[in-house]
Amino acid sequence: MGNIYVLAEHRQGELREVTLEMLTKAAAVAGQTGGEVVALLLGSAVDSYAEKLAEYSDRVIYVDDPLFAEYNSEKYQKVLAAILPEYKPELMMIAHTTQGVDLAPALAVELKLPFIPDVIDINVEGGKLKPLRQYYQGKVNANFSFKGEPPYLITFREASLEIGEATKKGSIEKIESPLKEDIAYRRFLEYVEAEVGDVDITQSEILVAVGRGIKEDKNMPLVEELAAALKADLCGSRASIDAGWLGHDRQVGTSGKTVKPKLYIAIGISGAFQHLAGMKGAKAIIAINKDPDAPIFTEADFGIVDDLFKVLPKLTEKIKELKG
Amino acid sequence: MNIFVCVKRVPDTSEAIVKVDDSGKGVDSSKFSFDINEADNYAVEEAMLLKEAKGGNVQVVCAGTQDADVMIRMALAKGGDSAIRIDDPRINVIDPVQMAKVLAAAIKGKEFDLVLTGCMANDDGNMAVGVALAEELGVPHAAMVKKVEAGDDKVKVYRELEGGVSEVVEMDLPAVITIQTGINEPRYAPIRGIRQAQKKELSVLKLDDLGVAPEDVGEDTSLIALENLYIPEVESKAEIIEGEPEEKAVILAEKIVKGGLL
Repeated sequence: MGNIYVLAEHRQGELREVTLEMLTKAAAVAGQTGGEVVALLLGSAVDSYAEKLAEYSDRVIYVDDPLFAEYNSEKYQKVLAAILPEYKPELMMIAHTTQGVDLAPALAVELKLPFIPDVIDINVEGGKLKPLRQYYQGKVNANFSFKGEPPYLITFREASLEIGEATKKGSIEKIESPLKEDIAYRRFLEYVEAEVGDVDITQSEILVAVGRGIKEDKNMPLVEELAAALKADLCGSRASIDAGWLGHDRQVGTSGKTVKPKLYIAIGISGAFQHLAGMKGAKAIIAINKDPDAPIFTEADFGIVDDLFKVLPKLTEKIKELKG
Repeated sequence: MNIFVCVKRVPDTSEAIVKVDDSGKGVDSSKFSFDINEADNYAVEEAMLLKEAKGGNVQVVCAGTQDADVMIRMALAKGGDSAIRIDDPRINVIDPVQMAKVLAAAIKGKEFDLVLTGCMANDDGNMAVGVALAEELGVPHAAMVKKVEAGDDKVKVYRELEGGVSEVVEMDLPAVITIQTGINEPRYAPIRGIRQAQKKELSVLKLDDLGVAPEDVGEDTSLIALENLYIPEVESKAEIIEGEPEEKAVILAEKIVKGGLL
């Protein structure tokens, strides 16, 4: 089978981890199908990224041009639309991230590529690629296959696997940019950093996390009292931030913060993958949720499957009593 | 400012038991409750806010069966002017590229400044239709937007990136924006709006009415195939605490305080 290409993702001076995760997966797939793992990098002054990528790939192809100082979906699309028909990979992997989802679907339309988004694993059966997906927020798995001719395109979910060891010494090839001049339908202006709150939850030892299950703002005292009893800080899933129950600086997950406390108590959080990615590094995880199939239980050490409104008052009371 | 907003009706499976049906490619949805997709609801609100600020009209677009009409009428009740529902069983709903082609056909050739979609549907999680739609329409796009500042011929948007960082980009209009949840506070439809919505135009179209060849957006010509669905084995190492709610609470409190978790 042909080669597997991985589009390197970087932002604000950092190569993002999802790139190495994709290269790890690509190497595992190539181990079954043959073919090379090729990292494709677009950036400006990125020699050091190319060297890092070479440790995880058989070949690195990169464009180094000030036009790519910042990610821009239109420029990336132009370059990929020129490169893919020429280099003819079997599979093109792009991260299922805010960059990747902003790019891949348009590229698929332009080049008429078979395209499967949000892939969490790639199985190989009879020499054919079988991307695995999830539906209904992790409750159902879906086996997919490609029809038509390669290149096949996927976006690959972040934090789906551990990064492998840096065992390769790939060749590095700088190529001329297929994009000769700036295109300006969409212009990058600036980054705005996340707001800083009164508490830095990435430093908290104990976190009480609130999700959709708490239902209304007026129920927040239930978790506030639990947090106070434990001397814990409060944080939450996307739903609780969207609803305005907590400030943005308290959001745990891919679009918020990654936390690694000693103890994480998830209350009424179902556990969307974006949330799990932000908290699965906690030393101990407790989940309270009335849905026994909630994905949060896959990460939990202790679980209570029940109505949180019946559990929380007693839990807080008993903790206070035990702590004296 | 003329706006199209695309909406999808999805099941709420957050607390539902999901079972694969006999076909092996679908789920038994008979016990699900359905409503507008969460991110689409924010997109509808953003469309209303833009209309209130800039004038113009809002048209709602939906691919779905008659079951979606209640949801569409709600969007009209909030201030939408008219709606198009594309109802055709030949559409392959699995393939986001084909779905984008269908939605594009309903919008193409009409005057618009912005097309808004939700950034993700909660059922399939594709995060793909809006951006594919932009390419079909041949206009710029920005995905996962948390703030919109519309000018007359440009729009400035804040894309929500990982780690809470925003990327601010500017685009020429017309453009497609996929809206992230939390961008605004979706309103409830006012009673008077609900009455008025009944009289607003809701056109129900087939693929042929849109000039789309059904085979182009059907399963046979899709470049991807759903082979089968299955319920994943939950690899949980969690110790599930049993008993009455208060008993569970006491056991858990003891584990927390005396079990060395603090």
